Amino acid sequence: MQSKREMKIEEKPERLIVDGVRLDGRKKDEIRPIKIEAGVMNRADGSCYIEWGKNKIIAAVYGPREVHPRHLQETYRAIIRYRYNMASFAVDERRKPGPDRRSIEISKVSREAIEPVLMLEQYPRSSIDVFVEVLQADAGTRAAGITAASVALADAGIPMKNLVSAISVGKVDGEVVLDLDKKEDNFGDADMPVAMIVDSGDVTLLQMDGVLTKDEFMEALELAKKGCKYIYDIQRECLISKYKKVNSD
Amino acid sequence: MSKDIVIPGYLLGENINGGDGTFRDGNKVYSAIYGVAKRVNNKVEVISLKGKYNPKKGDLLIGIVTEITFSMWILDINSPYDGFLYLSDYFKKIEKEDMSKELRIGETVVAKVKEIETPMRVNLTLNDNRCKVIRTGVVVDVPYAKIPVIIGKGGSTINLIKKETNCDIFVAQNGRVWINGSDEMIKLVINIIKTIEKEECSDNISEKITKLIQKEKKR
Repeated sequence: MQSKREMKIEEKPERLIVDGVRLDGRKKDEIRPIKIEAGVMNRADGSCYIEWGKNKIIAAVYGPREVHPRHLQETYRAIIRYRYNMASFAVDERRKPGPDRRSIEISKVSREAIEPVLMLEQYPRSSIDVFVEVLQADAGTRAAGITAASVALADAGIPMKNLVSAISVGKVDGEVVLDLDKKEDNFGDADMPVAMIVDSGDVTLLQMDGVLTKDEFMEALELAKKGCKYIYDIQRECLISKYKKVNSD
Repeated sequence: MSKDIVIPGYLLGENINGGDGTFRDGNKVYSAIYGVAKRVNNKVEVISLKGKYNPKKGDLLIGIVTEITFSMWILDINSPYDGFLYLSDYFKKIEKEDMSKELRIGETVVAKVKEIETPMRVNLTLNDNRCKVIRTGVVVDVPYAKIPVIIGKGGSTINLIKKETNCDIFVAQNGRVWINGSDEMIKLVINIIKTIEKEECSDNISEKITKLIQKEKKR
């Protein structure tokens, strides 16, 4: 008898794009459905819950608050601490809980992605702590995490120059596509998360895994810009509608 | 005066004066926080919906003594920073040995921000006739961003509550409210404040408060 716990080994589909349509029915430049909600946690100063396709992520912001341990504090600006963590049940096969090499790296690059917009000099000797918990993962979690963290920071009332929006692009079956899902990420040729400040066009995070030619890279970056613009509109809509909802009650 | 909801990075206008919650890039003024933009003539400021209290010189605060050192009291002032109250800024001249007799750990005081030394060292003083040690009544925490709503235009909301409930109320800038009166009335005031917190920025707050008080008084 076959055990229930036995893993199904996923096989690579023959083709990931058939007649310009992807496995889940999207076009090449289409994004999975996104739902963002701000202010979902009572105890946090700012929070945000995002559902991006099958990704489910919650971001919480605490601070500005006193720095513990004290030696980490900076005299003339606030420090920012970003913790990206994936729950043990977030992926198909149970993941060992706690920080690992991957999540430490993502925490670092995500922190650097949101740092340029924060006006840290307004809160010297304090810290702003961002916690991003991935409850369910389906590729593109670091981009979704940055998107959620940026909304949570705004919700916390922290002074910032702009919002940061992020999305991943990649190459699947030799074609540049926007917003990869799990299968496309696993069996595709390249994956490139991009975070940017949409209004100024500044790129704050750019990583790449796989191989792209120069032309493909430029095409991917253009596509990411388009995607980020779309994400930014959703972020703005989420923040503005939250206030309106409260006001109309 | 117009009000609208803005997010960080929203362009508020060109060649205008930016107040709190804004930043400038060239001659353009942008919003720095998520909140409500208020425009008066040529000036614009953004009022936050949430956020932590950042001490300003001259503010009156309610602080709780957390530590006593050889020359000062350290106060929790509901902000990312501690407040320092030096021996010389006490009401009267006292000896170092008597510090813990005059103001014990856990006691609550109304203090004024004397000055802020860079980087963010908050010095407090009690040399102001509004400053006092609080030994009666109740202190409740409210979100810092709701303080202007509780006070109301020119103190209208707070005066209405004071008149209707016969309580002594002091709203401190750092998001703490001191209430003194009969037990029942204190409960009622706390109830009113919680209602105001939920209301956000609706316009008919005074009507709602009057209704709430009348409902309670009938009981």
